[in-house]
Amino acid sequence: MSGTDIAFFLLALAAIAGGVTMLQLTNVVHMVIALVMTFLGIAGLYVLLSAEFVAVVQVLIYSGAITIIMLFAIMLTRHHTDERERQTTGGVWHKAVAALSVIAFGLAVYFGIRQLDFGADGSALAGDNARAIGKSLYSYYTIPFEIVSVILLVALIGAIVLAKKDGKGAEDE
Amino acid sequence: MTLSAYLALALILFCIGLYGALTKRNTVIVLICIELMLNAVNINFVAFAKYGAHPSVHGHVFALFAIAVAAAEAAVGLAALIAFYRSRKTVQVDEANSLKH
Repeated sequence: MSGTDIAFFLLALAAIAGGVTMLQLTNVVHMVIALVMTFLGIAGLYVLLSAEFVAVVQVLIYSGAITIIMLFAIMLTRHHTDERERQTTGGVWHKAVAALSVIAFGLAVYFGIRQLDFGADGSALAGDNARAIGKSLYSYYTIPFEIVSVILLVALIGAIVLAKKDGKGAEDE
Repeated sequence: MTLSAYLALALILFCIGLYGALTKRNTVIVLICIELMLNAVNINFVAFAKYGAHPSVHGHVFALFAIAVAAAEAAVGLAALIAFYRSRKTVQVDEANSLKH
């Protein structure tokens, strides 16, 4: 067992443990904090996959920005953290059906990917990935890059318009 | 490590996110579970970029595009959550039923 394998198993364990912990917790803030562990584990996996730039972006965007914006949204709204006492028997059936469907889906996909191997030894991407990504973005992917910038602008304006207090709502509060 | 190990990990994370999105009643948690599913997709992109049939940096670029779109989705979703909370004073998904009947 090489060092890469050990690192993979530790990081995969951290990622899955974060996800499972998120499902088990009841406090919303704790759930978001558990997800940070998952995001950091995934960033480590990107480093193992020799995608250092994507790993840094993952830490910046997911562990930083999205977690912070989720925490802000939680603190701006009032939450009933006692989800348990609102559960009914219908909730149990709902959860059981959802779990069975998800497990069936997972098994079906797993039998498809179990033996998948393209024979690549993974040595093609060693080295200066950030430079290659930059060249690719500004030559081959110029149009999609500009469209993504437009999408971000539209999302920014749309978020402001959606979250803005309209006149009637401001009177109610 | 082989390709299938990374794909299996991404599958497990996707299943966790899918289960959470189907069962959780809090809108913020549903949004976070969707982010988890998008992360699993990104793992697949980067894994195929290294171990796929044609290893190249294009998978990284696609993962970056997916991250950008996911960030936009989170911002708009949370703005919609704030607007919903302002009108209904709740964040539970199953109480957003004004269009139901």
